[in-house]
Amino acid sequence: MRLQLDKGQQALRDGVRELLARRFGPEALRDAVERPGRLDRELWRELGAAGFFALRLPESEGGVGLGLPEAVPVFEEAGRALLPGPLVATHLAAGRVPGAAEGDTVVAAALGGLLEWAEAADVVQGDTAGAVPLRSVDPLTPLHRLPGAAPVDPVAVLLTAAEQLGGAERTCELAVQHARTREQFGRPVGAFQAVQHLCADMLVRTRTARAAVHAAAVTGDPVDVHAARLLADEAAARNARDCLQVHGGMGFTWEFEVHLHLKRAWVRTRRAGPTTESEELLAAALLKGET
Amino acid sequence: MDLTHTPEEEDFRARLRAWLAEVLPTLPPPPSPDDWPGRRAYDLGWQRRLHDAGYGDVHWGASPTVRLIFLEETERAGAPYVGASFVGLLHAGPTIAAEGTDEQRERWLPPILRGDEVWCQGFSEPGAGSDLAALRTRAHRDGDHYVVNGSKIWTSHAEVADWCELLVRTDPGAPRHRGISWLAMRMDAPGVTIRPLRTLAGSTEFAEVFLDDVRVPVAHRVGAENDGWRVTMVTLSFERGTAFVGEVVACHRVLRELAAEARRNGRWDDPALRRALGGLHAEFRALWRLTQWNVGEAEHGGGVPGVTGSVLKLAYSHARQRLYDTAADVLGAQALDLDRPWVLDRLSSLSYTIAAGTSQIQRNIVAERILGLPKGR
Repeated sequence: MRLQLDKGQQALRDGVRELLARRFGPEALRDAVERPGRLDRELWRELGAAGFFALRLPESEGGVGLGLPEAVPVFEEAGRALLPGPLVATHLAAGRVPGAAEGDTVVAAALGGLLEWAEAADVVQGDTAGAVPLRSVDPLTPLHRLPGAAPVDPVAVLLTAAEQLGGAERTCELAVQHARTREQFGRPVGAFQAVQHLCADMLVRTRTARAAVHAAAVTGDPVDVHAARLLADEAAARNARDCLQVHGGMGFTWEFEVHLHLKRAWVRTRRAGPTTESEELLAAALLKGET
Repeated sequence: MDLTHTPEEEDFRARLRAWLAEVLPTLPPPPSPDDWPGRRAYDLGWQRRLHDAGYGDVHWGASPTVRLIFLEETERAGAPYVGASFVGLLHAGPTIAAEGTDEQRERWLPPILRGDEVWCQGFSEPGAGSDLAALRTRAHRDGDHYVVNGSKIWTSHAEVADWCELLVRTDPGAPRHRGISWLAMRMDAPGVTIRPLRTLAGSTEFAEVFLDDVRVPVAHRVGAENDGWRVTMVTLSFERGTAFVGEVVACHRVLRELAAEARRNGRWDDPALRRALGGLHAEFRALWRLTQWNVGEAEHGGGVPGVTGSVLKLAYSHARQRLYDTAADVLGAQALDLDRPWVLDRLSSLSYTIAAGTSQIQRNIVAERILGLPKGR
């Protein structure tokens, strides 16, 4: 029994981390924010070539033939890097929409009453009647609102939770890095208990969410998936807020990336449908005597 | 990522489950919480049965995963808690096993495993709670004995204990972590006075212990003189390792009972209450997964168990308090009736963010020892 990544999963994660550091570092992130609504098609194809979209597609269908325990760490990396685009929708379309698996086709889909990246996508899936464009709070995610919300596939819920987890890990690291080096009153602010305790709570949230997300990747059980979703949403949004707080005035500026993490966390929180639905599902499971 | 068990582990689970199903119906009802001699007899009797069935040393003789399975299965089956055997089995025993001499192991371990003797913990003092190294109880050498003077507090099971794992200051001149020694003291030694402490839950769970010229043989010191702090850290890493596993499983059961009660009394119709129960279900599910994560880590190396345990303790102790606050929402006005289930548990849960290191101390540990932030002030 071991919820940690095995060697193959680590290698996969490291490969994606390396690719994103090279192709979507701080400069590219800034560029993307300055040019909202545009997707880097070349990067999309590189992701395709690296197996990002075809990861769970059977080898007989030209895919990599791996499962959720491999997809989860890969989507964690996307979340850490704030990689923009309809990643979950395209991943789910691999094998069903020509070109999606290779990254040649960008696929958007209605998920949880939201439609992300509709205009930049080549194919739009799901019932998108009555879609209304929004002035999106997240500069890296163009959005349409939909009148109804169909139930969301548990795999989409879990991969979104994995992205949230990556974001939570990243903002915890940013806060700790800052607290170690930023000096006030003649000492690093991380020496003050009030700041230490903010950081400690960020780590507790991250580790609890991480255990839940990894376990859900192994079992695929909807109750596990929705539990993981609630913990990961909470970790992503609250860690981003606490990271902002640790950075003080600097955290409130457009230049510093923490606001992008917070805004993306809010978008992803809606993607799996209302939080209440997950809570109701988990409450109902108590009555069924499941553990 | 892998949640499967080895065939040996599955076999252990099946044997234990079958044994519990056979034995539990034959157990007498548990004594009342204030019947101390009754509790001693009951808890030691349970340990004796575990020992005779071959499960006596599972807390320290087995792998982390087997320990996890043991705690999971005994809790699911509603088996008695470790109770008065806690300090012996989970603290003093493992410490003596790791740090004691052959003679000390021979003398103290078999009675713990057989359920013959109860141990209590003499660590905390009125001026040294979470700041354990501030302890002031003194011991000076007099021939082949130490003479001990001072007092201890929050000593669980003191009234029925045979032995006390006692931390004393043997070198007052040394830096505060350096001059401490770990002694095994008989609780019926002349000069030991026990005064029960009444907690806010109304129970006499703890006691104060006063020590006036108590003579402890030098041969009862575990580890070197003035090396007691290091010995203690060995003890504490046992305490934080898997201490909450059974309780996390128990919280799942309480949640199911709360849902059933809410269904029965009509509170289930309140969406806010259902959401609260659903949220707690997610949280305790995640805490169970975190436990599995920690055990996997302990089994495969990497990570200091005590430090990883701080993360679980922090999250668990707060979740437990929210659980019983939600129980009060289910109960309504009955939450004010001490005879209703969950009301005493709600009061007891207030100690969870204080005992075994406050949440504030745990956050300092996480910040400094895991995140590497500079030493706090």
